[in-house]
Amino acid sequence: MSEWLENHLPKVVLAPSFIAVLIFVYGFIGWTAWVSLTRSKLLPKYEIKGFIQYERLFDSPRWDTAINNLYIFGALFIVIAMVLGLLLAILLDQKIRVEGAIRTIYLYPMALSMIVTGTAWKWILNPGLGIESMVQGWGFPNFEFDWLVNPDYAIYTIVIAAIWQSSGFVMALFLAGLRSVDGEIIKAAQVDGIPTWRIYTAIIIPSMAPIFLSAFIVLAHLAIKSFDLVIALTGGGPGYATDLPATYMYAMAFSRGDIGQAASSAMIMMLVVFAIVVPYLYSELRAKND
Amino acid sequence: MTDLSMPQTQTRTQSATGKIALRWLLYVMLGLFALYYLMPLFVMLTTSLKSLEEIRTGSLISLPREVSLDAWKTAWSSACTGIQCEGLRPYFWNSVLIAVPAVAISTLLGALNGYVVAQWRFKGANIIFSLMLFGCFIPFQVVLLPMARLLGMMGIAGTIPGLIFVHVIYGLGFTTLFFRNYYVTIPSELTKAARVDGAGFLRIFWSIFLPLSLPIIVVTVIWQFTQIWNDFLFGVSFSQAGTQPVTVALNNIVNSTTGVKEYNVDMAAAIIAGLPTLLVYVVAGKYFIRGLTAGSVKG
Amino acid sequence: MKRFAFATVSTLAVVAGSSVLAEPQAEVLHWWTSGGEAKSVAVLQEEFASNGGTWTDMPVAGGGGDAAMTALRARVLAGNAPTAVQLKGPAIQEWYEEGVLADISNVAEAEGWADVLPASIAGHMQCDGTWCAAPVNVHRIDWIWANADVLAANGIEMPTTWDEFNAAAEKLQAAGVIPLAHGGQAWQDATVFEAVALGLGGPEFYQKALVDLDPEALTSDTMVQVFDQMRTLRGYVDENFSGRDWNLATAMVMNGEAAFQIMGDWAKGEFLAAGKTPGEDFLCASTPGDGYLYNVDSFAMFEVEGDDNRAGQELLAKLIVAPNFQEVFNLNKGSIPARTDVALDAFDICAKISAEDMGSTSAGGSLLPSYAHGMALRGSQAGAITDVVTAHFNSDMSSADAVQQLADAVANSY
Repeated sequence: MSEWLENHLPKVVLAPSFIAVLIFVYGFIGWTAWVSLTRSKLLPKYEIKGFIQYERLFDSPRWDTAINNLYIFGALFIVIAMVLGLLLAILLDQKIRVEGAIRTIYLYPMALSMIVTGTAWKWILNPGLGIESMVQGWGFPNFEFDWLVNPDYAIYTIVIAAIWQSSGFVMALFLAGLRSVDGEIIKAAQVDGIPTWRIYTAIIIPSMAPIFLSAFIVLAHLAIKSFDLVIALTGGGPGYATDLPATYMYAMAFSRGDIGQAASSAMIMMLVVFAIVVPYLYSELRAKND
Repeated sequence: MTDLSMPQTQTRTQSATGKIALRWLLYVMLGLFALYYLMPLFVMLTTSLKSLEEIRTGSLISLPREVSLDAWKTAWSSACTGIQCEGLRPYFWNSVLIAVPAVAISTLLGALNGYVVAQWRFKGANIIFSLMLFGCFIPFQVVLLPMARLLGMMGIAGTIPGLIFVHVIYGLGFTTLFFRNYYVTIPSELTKAARVDGAGFLRIFWSIFLPLSLPIIVVTVIWQFTQIWNDFLFGVSFSQAGTQPVTVALNNIVNSTTGVKEYNVDMAAAIIAGLPTLLVYVVAGKYFIRGLTAGSVKG
Repeated sequence: MKRFAFATVSTLAVVAGSSVLAEPQAEVLHWWTSGGEAKSVAVLQEEFASNGGTWTDMPVAGGGGDAAMTALRARVLAGNAPTAVQLKGPAIQEWYEEGVLADISNVAEAEGWADVLPASIAGHMQCDGTWCAAPVNVHRIDWIWANADVLAANGIEMPTTWDEFNAAAEKLQAAGVIPLAHGGQAWQDATVFEAVALGLGGPEFYQKALVDLDPEALTSDTMVQVFDQMRTLRGYVDENFSGRDWNLATAMVMNGEAAFQIMGDWAKGEFLAAGKTPGEDFLCASTPGDGYLYNVDSFAMFEVEGDDNRAGQELLAKLIVAPNFQEVFNLNKGSIPARTDVALDAFDICAKISAEDMGSTSAGGSLLPSYAHGMALRGSQAGAITDVVTAHFNSDMSSADAVQQLADAVANSY
């Protein structure tokens, strides 16, 4: 008996977590899929009525805006946060005198939730209160920065705040990567007379490929879950110009009492997640199995 | 260490002044970025120190004419979060009661899971791991309603244990990922040798892996603490009177729709609610980078 | 003390026509958390306590009750519903249909609610002929607020038609004053929209379009005109209005930066808090046109276990509608009592206008529920309309397109 236990202990230890994930992630996804086929309103109902919720979803101009925003926001946020994070990491890696303090300044936004910083951002980005009026006050009356109140540009202010929140974390990931690159190789390259920028582009950055992947996953997960950010900064406005799928779903489920519709939008969101994450998991685990 | 600050490849034409100029440019750039990151905190801090009158009349982005700590006192002990006007204080304690056990349990489980997945690879372990990892990505809005039902059936709806349970479940994916990626870098020969010496599964974990794990424990604890302390959605949905966390109280102070807004109190409350996480980042930030360097991000 | 409390409760319970002899308990979910509002609810808590009850406060602010509704759903699904919940409009009937509301008819009948509440407001409190909610107050939505000095300086009277309003706005704009202070949040856009719809189309049109959702009314020329007027109003708003909180817009009127604001009567609280006097520093009038749009806050009682909880619900319902609370609460909140037999001596001029208009419109059939504040329609329909209204107001969409989208969105919302 105890020998059986000893042999199977790894599985026994993993089992509770695995069962919990099966129920609380996959069970709930299944539940959502089921509800998305019903006409649930205020509370979930379980009588299947077909794909009507998906038809409604695709007929909704607001959902189109939300999905388009996810593409714009997701692409810009991930790319800029990565580039900025890498740049900051490289700058910080030049034997900076007060590295600890600067690093903390770059990193701290990750510690605060957007409920906390949302109002401050709203003021800073508001043309009448923040940057625009400040710069105009310095004697540049033609300076304009009105993205927050412009339906065509408001989504970019969400990107600015999101990058503010997460790029420090990406910087930390890359900094850790830079610190673990083999110093001998770099010394050798320097002795060979290879210019600094070439050392970065040809040796250091390629060796950090796994970190790019990790950063991408963390950022993609933040992009898809972005919710507090929009609520705190624009509330989805002007109009619904800055709606994202997560805010759309929340509005349907909890302020509109349209749970079936919310479930169908959640399923589409899950599909997007699936399309991004599964290739990552596949490559990740195949590499490790070798 | 990638020391590129003084490359030996510089030609003689590059003078020392050029080097110094570059160095200055570097510091200016770092300083500008620091301003970008500090700006919201600056706005919050200065506003929290102003009087309401000064906020109404003055520019929002300016130093206070007169520094006053009244807003901080109000936010901590007398701001109204409903009928009770006891400030954030009682809710702060709820958050501690939720966050500390939830972080501890999810970290421990993550360590055990990561240890199994990385070092005791049985058939299907990788599939189990990837299924768990996918759980990180589920939008939390999706799980609110079915979770509420299950918590009710388990009899822990609206309680602090209920909230701890929810946070542990949805933290498992990330904690397992962190530990697994860390333990994967430890040679499996270590485990094999220990087994030959007769050490069992738990013994190896306890006396070999856990002592090696400090850097990654720091990373995991920081991550989990930030996530759980800052959570609003679960906190508002799965609490009842008496168990609401500090983010819900903060929201009650900041987000009332039809009342007079006291921005200085709002900002002071926001900073107070964010202090524990800020503190964790400032104090443990150094170990955070070290922990990441120690292997957690080597995908 | 305890014995005294017990005696009071049992007397009350008998009055309420119930034989329950338990200490009243209530966990109350609401979203009144700001200073003035919280004080108003505290009045209720004190009365509840002095009648021997124990009040457990469960405040959840945010999004005009969205967060509270999220919490409520989770609590109901967990089988752990709060005792009393701030709930209003058709949402009451929606929750009733889910079979989770308690019947408080015995209190309502013992207290004679039917005789003291206007019929249309009483209708909101009833589910299938039983009483299922208790009204707290009546907010009027179709108010227009103005800075008295600014109007006087530009020789402008309070407008009584939308044409007069437009003319006044042109004049103000030429004088360098922002004519309309507005916050570009969806609910504020919707608030202005319904005031315009009522003013331009009249009560009958409003009823058909925004209460009955008659497709003909939704696509009518009148609706096109309503959107035209919205576009005109857009021109009278300053360019930084997006996302502005309503109270900041009120502040603009207060300090003379702007002349008018269209907002419910909670705006009055802001003026009063800043020490302004109605009729002197600021003016209040109904928006141009006939009719009266109301927003009635109320508490619904959820089905709960235990005699003490049920006793709590009955006591709470009784106290909420009792004249004393109705007066004290509404003096604090800026609204007027829901019951019509409360003396208004202590109330200000705006509240008196509101009460008088409520009486006359109730008799004339033009006392109408506000769609923007969740009184007229269920959540998904109201939301669908707001989506179109706010999209139109914040873009260069034509009125014809807006009307078409409106009809589509409503059809797609069922």
